[in-house]
Amino acid sequence: MDLKEKLVSSFMAFEDGLDLDHPVHEERSNAMKNFETKGFPTKKDEAWKYTSLKGLQKIDFSIFPKHETTLEYKDVKKYFLHEIDTYKIVFVDGVYSSYLSETTHDGVDVCLMSSAFSKPMFKQVIEVYFNKAASKDESLTSLNTAFSKEGAYIYIPKNKMPKKPIQILHLATGNEAALMLQPRNLIVAEDNAEVQIIERHQSLTGNEVFTNSVTEIFAGKDAIVDYYKVQNDAPTASLVDNTYISQKNSSVVRVHTFSLGGKLIRNNLNFYQNGERIDSTLKGVTILGDKQHVDHHTLVHHAQPNCESHQDYKGIFGDSSTGVFNGKIIVDKIAQKTDAFQQNNNILLSDRSTINSKPQLEIFADDVKCSHGCTIGQLDDEALFYLRSRGIPKKEAKALMMYAFANNVLESVRIPELKARINKIIANKLGVRMGFDL
Amino acid sequence: MLEIKNLHASVDDKEILKGINLKVNAGEVHAIMGPNGSGKSTLAEVIAGQEEFEVGEGSILLEGEDLEELSPEERAHKGVFLSFQYPVEIPGVSVTNFMKTAINESRKAQGLEDMPANEMLKKIREKSEMLEIDRKFLSRSLNEGFSGGEKKRNEIFQMAMMEPKLAILDETDSGLDIDALRIVANGVNKLRSKDNAIIVITHYQRLLEYIVPDYVHVLHDGKIVKSGTKELALELEEKGYDWLKEEAAV
Repeated sequence: MDLKEKLVSSFMAFEDGLDLDHPVHEERSNAMKNFETKGFPTKKDEAWKYTSLKGLQKIDFSIFPKHETTLEYKDVKKYFLHEIDTYKIVFVDGVYSSYLSETTHDGVDVCLMSSAFSKPMFKQVIEVYFNKAASKDESLTSLNTAFSKEGAYIYIPKNKMPKKPIQILHLATGNEAALMLQPRNLIVAEDNAEVQIIERHQSLTGNEVFTNSVTEIFAGKDAIVDYYKVQNDAPTASLVDNTYISQKNSSVVRVHTFSLGGKLIRNNLNFYQNGERIDSTLKGVTILGDKQHVDHHTLVHHAQPNCESHQDYKGIFGDSSTGVFNGKIIVDKIAQKTDAFQQNNNILLSDRSTINSKPQLEIFADDVKCSHGCTIGQLDDEALFYLRSRGIPKKEAKALMMYAFANNVLESVRIPELKARINKIIANKLGVRMGFDL
Repeated sequence: MLEIKNLHASVDDKEILKGINLKVNAGEVHAIMGPNGSGKSTLAEVIAGQEEFEVGEGSILLEGEDLEELSPEERAHKGVFLSFQYPVEIPGVSVTNFMKTAINESRKAQGLEDMPANEMLKKIREKSEMLEIDRKFLSRSLNEGFSGGEKKRNEIFQMAMMEPKLAILDETDSGLDIDALRIVANGVNKLRSKDNAIIVITHYQRLLEYIVPDYVHVLHDGKIVKSGTKELALELEEKGYDWLKEEAAV
């Protein structure tokens, strides 16, 4: 049985355990129909031209983990940003781990989608927001919607801010030979609310893991949302991350994506600007080696006047790794005075690594500022000689240049401990010790 | 300090240095002059270890040690410093962080601990004041958006920080106005000592009014065709290089 058939047939069993009268039931059923019709995207789909899911579909993934596993905090501590106090929503093989988590209902809700779906107090929020930003057309998003049951639920009411940043951590234990996970997250920051979120997926063994995640983020007027995606997973872990962001007037949403490890990573990051004076920031650092693959597909839809978007993606590709950057910007006819900036710079460290970079601008307004730039190059030999002539060894000199290259993206990280952590991961990856942090 | 014997170097099978002989003792300043394309910058880069050049015959000895097998960083650790004609821009790395890394890497190579932070700061302050470099300048990205003069001044600042045994200044005067030239030359003169040596590569005699050389050599077509004292520089300024070319052709 191929993966699609398996998923379709699992859906019935999945539904049996759920409340069929719940309004979400219909969304799930419709989504399943869409997935059944469309199936997994193939290379014939323009958006999937350079990323193949074929290999993954041949693996016999478990859709539901058979047994629950408990983990000791000390064994997984290193995957947390433990240097600072945070709320934590932790899942082990897709199942919520209350033992590893720290949730709250103190003025803000930091808890679980399963609770939000079942408890009456969250009903209204679910009705207003659930599946309202996510695509109903894209098949993998539909697949996730069909199986939506668990994930992080974060609701920040008007004028509120959680006392500390929130970590969402998905751990895979390897108890299943191959495991498919479909977390569904809903983040709502109402007017003038603020929140900082760090998300990480981590497989603890060499067993195959395939995560198809959907996150919806709603930012009310003047809200500020910082979302950090730490993608530094095991070489047998694949991730399709579908993130949909809907912004209202004068809100600021910044998403940083650090793609530093994994087998296959596909980021579908979609911003919808539904108001004026909105600021959207999309930044990414990708450093890959071996045969790793990362595909960043971004969309910024400017639908109202006087908004800005800033995109800055840096990629460093070694060995036989491959990268894709596809940045789509749509500026509607009424979205005058839009200021859209997009930049994608890449360094290829080996003859076998490749990057496909494509800006895609659809501009229907006539008074806008849109700029985009893309570079693909190698480390500059002259610069390398310059650094070495000052006594910096070749390996460190290369690392320094790569650090410098990624610096723009790191400097806007607002949690210093996270920045230090990312610096450390990068230094480890490059096999050097750095005398300073950027 | 430095002894170059019959040095040949080529790039893409084109020979640029065709048998250079040069001896520089500790405490001396040597000027190397010559027309464009005579091989001045190549000589400087070959000494510093630029791997782009193929070194054929000949040898470069620093304090008696053959540099041939040494990488650019190893040469730097042994005290070779090149002030670049065209310093490279490195966006994202501040001048301060760059110097910290460079100095600590050199110390590491010598089996020393990192320089204590306060000592480093003190040194940076001292040397930047000597070269009249604004403190704000030091937190800027290395050479990015620097004017030609700022880049050169920054090179000499690096030299002051690294305290090399052998410093090669490759056209440090180009792009400098007279005030900047004076500051840079002053800095270099303060760094002169009986224990180090300096090679000044230049087109013009102007810089040599401020950094007075003990010896002047003229490079032409990959060879030193004439050597003399500082008066030779004046003569060159007056007569140009053509008479030397003719002399060499004979």
